[in-house]
Amino acid sequence: MIDWAWIGRHTDDIWSATREHLVLTALPVLLGLILAVPLGILATRTPRLATPVLAVSGVLYTIPALAMFVFMIPFTGLTVTSAVIALTIYTLIVLVRATIDGLASVPRDVREAAEAMGYRSAARLLRVELPLALPVLIAGIRIATVSTIGLVAIGVIINVGGLGRLVYSLGFQRNFFMTPIWTGLALIVALSVVADLALIAVERRLTPWSRGR
Amino acid sequence: MISFDHVTKRFDDGTVGVADLSLDVPEGQVVVLVGPSGCGKTTTMRMVNRMIEPTEGTITVDGRDVMATDPAELRRRIGYVIQQIGLFPHRTIAENIATVPGLIGWDRARTAERVRELIATVGLPEGVADRYPHQLSGGQRQRVGVARALAADPPIMLMDEPFGAVDPIVRTRLQDEFLRLQAAVRKTIVFVTHDIDEAIRMGDRIAIFREGGHLEQFDTPTAILAEPANDFVTDFLGAERGLKRLALIPVSDVKADPGPLVRPGDPRDRVQQVAATEGTDWVVVVDADRRLCGWAYVDELGEQVEVTDARPFSLRVFADDSLRKALDSMVTSRTGVAVRVSGDDRYEGMLTQDILTREIV
Repeated sequence: MIDWAWIGRHTDDIWSATREHLVLTALPVLLGLILAVPLGILATRTPRLATPVLAVSGVLYTIPALAMFVFMIPFTGLTVTSAVIALTIYTLIVLVRATIDGLASVPRDVREAAEAMGYRSAARLLRVELPLALPVLIAGIRIATVSTIGLVAIGVIINVGGLGRLVYSLGFQRNFFMTPIWTGLALIVALSVVADLALIAVERRLTPWSRGR
Repeated sequence: MISFDHVTKRFDDGTVGVADLSLDVPEGQVVVLVGPSGCGKTTTMRMVNRMIEPTEGTITVDGRDVMATDPAELRRRIGYVIQQIGLFPHRTIAENIATVPGLIGWDRARTAERVRELIATVGLPEGVADRYPHQLSGGQRQRVGVARALAADPPIMLMDEPFGAVDPIVRTRLQDEFLRLQAAVRKTIVFVTHDIDEAIRMGDRIAIFREGGHLEQFDTPTAILAEPANDFVTDFLGAERGLKRLALIPVSDVKADPGPLVRPGDPRDRVQQVAATEGTDWVVVVDADRRLCGWAYVDELGEQVEVTDARPFSLRVFADDSLRKALDSMVTSRTGVAVRVSGDDRYEGMLTQDILTREIV
């Protein structure tokens, strides 16, 4: 059922597809974070902005992935850029929400104490509120990462590369040759699990204070 | 000194938090703001460090208008303790205590030394320094809150129900420790509570507020208990006002009676004469050095007073005990009096219910 010889002959392809998949996941999540955290902070500081920010990112999220990819083509063509922009937009809703929820999870008395100790606004955000928002924010990053890994697989439709290529181009389009299909699917699942575990490790590292609570 | 001059706070929704308040918190004293919920006591406290800003009037701290002072700078000079404590969960106990020293730029060595000192001052074990707040008990966390507020040695402290969240036994202990600490550090303290007994216990002065932010009376606890300004204050003080006052007055404040005093070797007729003069059927026996031996019924004595005739007093009071303790001693003693002795057990006189009544009425 599985042609091991094929895998042996294509290790280079498999490796490069995996690397592409990783980059196509990491880039949108990082760009999403860079956009979402300031947006979330803004929405928290200015409650008037919270609803529109969430509404816009919510609407963007409802656009099907395929439609989004197609929608990007007139602007940036059938390129990796299109895929990265589309995927970044998908991470936004999760990450903005996570930032807002994370900041909201900071206990009121802690915020008040920080203010009463004489922290100025920016220092309070950086040294008290964001560190305490981390557990919720990282939970959001985990969701964004795992869902992006799934979406990148679909990106093969617009030819962005990644493990989807094994499944689609080398499998479906070649008379359902099962070996690349199974290999691709197994690696996508493995990538999700490893990424999630890595993020859990990062969280434990960054929030030693929340252990054993 | 903190000074409120015709201060009013109206909130955005139009409700009045504090109405035309004028009040001085003297240097080195504990002023307790007390009253039912919605009386503006917390609002008043929070206006001192600009957590809330007054609508009208002026608040000055050491002569400077708080509204003309940078809020962060102002707050770093004012310790702040709240019921919920608000420790930073992501920082160790040592880091929590070091918050304000860090903000005002103390060097590492000085901060570390101060943290060590404060952990001892508030009675925490050394080992807590590297723990996180959630690993401590409620009482321990409350001590950390006080240590953090004291860290940069601010001349002023604001305390909002600081002992409200701990059980009664721990609360009493924390109150005792607070009073002992305050006797040593002499901070200017604004202390908020809804508990009149805590107010009476902790305050050099008490400000009693009523709903709508009106100050009803501002005076020493004894003066307020002696002469409540109006019915609201009387109600708020609650039952047993006399007992509450007695608890505040030290035994040394009243003149003790010499009492029916006899010594070993005194003949029977002298004993009878002493008892008759005092109107008692018993006498107090002291030895040649005025050390208290006890008391005896006149009828039980032989020809001469012997030390062995004396029954011990089960309770005795010292100069710094309260009159309330003296009263307790009276009602549990068959003689109906409280005997006052010095630290080395020398007889100093006795207190009777008449003396207490004269003091109270």
